[in-house]
Amino acid sequence: MTTLTEAPPPLDPTAPDRKPPRARGRWTPYWLLLPGILWLLVFFALPMVYQASTSVQTGSLEEGYKVTWHFATYWDALSAYWPQFVRSVAYAAAATVLCLLLGYPLAYMIAFRAGRWRNLIMVLVIAPFFTSFLIRTLAWKTILADGGPVVGALNTLHVLDVTGWLGWTSGDRVLATPLAVVCGLTYNFLPFMVLPLYTSLERIDARLHEAAGDLYARPWTTFRKVTFPLSMPGVVSGTLLTFIPASGDYVNADLLGSTDTRMIGNVIQTQFLRVLDYPTAAALSFILMAAILIAVTLYIRKSGTEDLV
Amino acid sequence: MAAVTSLLNWFRRHLVVIAGLLTLAYLLLPNVIVTVFSFNKPKGRFNYAWQHFSADAWKDPCGVSDLCGSLSISLRIAFWATLGATALGTLIAFALVRYRFRARGAVNSLIFLPMAMPEVVMAASLLTLFLNMGAQLGFWTILIAHIMFCLSFVVTAVKARVMSMDPRLEQAAQDLYAGPLQTFLRVTLPIAAPGIAAGALLAFALSFDDFIITNFTAGSTVTFPMFVWGSAQRGTPVQINVIGTAMFLVAVLFVLAAMAVGKRRGKHKA
Repeated sequence: MTTLTEAPPPLDPTAPDRKPPRARGRWTPYWLLLPGILWLLVFFALPMVYQASTSVQTGSLEEGYKVTWHFATYWDALSAYWPQFVRSVAYAAAATVLCLLLGYPLAYMIAFRAGRWRNLIMVLVIAPFFTSFLIRTLAWKTILADGGPVVGALNTLHVLDVTGWLGWTSGDRVLATPLAVVCGLTYNFLPFMVLPLYTSLERIDARLHEAAGDLYARPWTTFRKVTFPLSMPGVVSGTLLTFIPASGDYVNADLLGSTDTRMIGNVIQTQFLRVLDYPTAAALSFILMAAILIAVTLYIRKSGTEDLV
Repeated sequence: MAAVTSLLNWFRRHLVVIAGLLTLAYLLLPNVIVTVFSFNKPKGRFNYAWQHFSADAWKDPCGVSDLCGSLSISLRIAFWATLGATALGTLIAFALVRYRFRARGAVNSLIFLPMAMPEVVMAASLLTLFLNMGAQLGFWTILIAHIMFCLSFVVTAVKARVMSMDPRLEQAAQDLYAGPLQTFLRVTLPIAAPGIAAGALLAFALSFDDFIITNFTAGSTVTFPMFVWGSAQRGTPVQINVIGTAMFLVAVLFVLAAMAVGKRRGKHKA
């Protein structure tokens, strides 16, 4: 749209007039990359290898572990913990959808309707980050406390009857139920949805809205046919930034949930740090990683925004 | 009837703003609660129900043992992690934008993957590495982990800035007989600075607030998030809320001040 005002394309060093040829130039990029890439290889990639190897080991803490290619660990882990896997996907998906539904109006408002309040609202969206998310999650314990105003209001409006019937809450409690965990997940990852949505909405040329209006599109049609399709990159990266961390989260399920709301992150954490069953924990973590990677790849392919990466 | 219709119309026209403000309220409600409850005087060990007003905790923010110690450990880790990740990440970002080289795709994926991985997976695999190497868990293992997961975010932030930079500025500098080092220090670096600063700020926030990876790599070292996590089991002192509120206020003031300075500068230029 505004190609003329946009920044010039990144430098292409192969173009002869761009950079004077330097003797060491050929090796420079590798020297620049070396420390950071080495760090990622040793502390990100290598641990994955160790984890894969741990998952097929057998043994005990006292006698040590040996690689025995014991793939049955995967099967055992899956059959023991498939409910937690299913629950993680369901909670993370619910939180992602809620984040999109709640975050879109906010991002839209900041981009098109906030006027001179835009910067202040942006600050307010980001500022909660600076209070530890654990403290903020604990605050939900107060907000959703038994017999508190929120639960009381939901009770009076008979919302809890409906959610109870759906199995999202139990009795007149919200804490220690799936609803509380999903509410916490939604809250914690909402900014990760709002920010990319805002970035892609803000880039939309306002004249496109006018043009749609000139062509007799009603506001809703304009949104459906112009605004929303143009904000797709934001929707895709927002949903990824919400779903991925939510699926591995164990803080919300631990602080706001109960033993019936344990997610796969809780299982991995307990197996690793309390039970010390390293092969099972490693297998579970490996399955989670593989599932996320496959899902993300398929999703990015499907939504056709591979330039996102 | 007309009044109802106009009210409905008003409502429909401002529906997006109303929904947006409600979401904003949802985002800010916990901070309000944290602030209000920093003035609470709880009865038991847990600070979840309102009793009565008291400013005791504000007068003695370090009154709980280990609280301020954990805060200082977190700040130290966040400082060094920011420094490390920003340095390494900036170098990578420059290499990615400025040079063509082999294995570019592989490098890009290696940068992207840590951001597309649930934290618990990275945390668990790092712990297996440390256990296998027999490393002593503590300050250094936390620092190593934090530099690792902050790195990708710094690269992304700096890359965006360097990419939007006009390469002709550097050519101009060289035409005016600036050497490569001089060009870099006086032209390239100042232009890239906002991106580097954004990356550093992000790294600091991520490291300071990280719990999941820290929980796996900390051993018996207690960072501030670890302290809060522990207190959720043992009893939450009011001082936690005091520190949470103070951090929120400092952040908001800092950003508002930065915005005011930016505005004044913009005016001067005009």
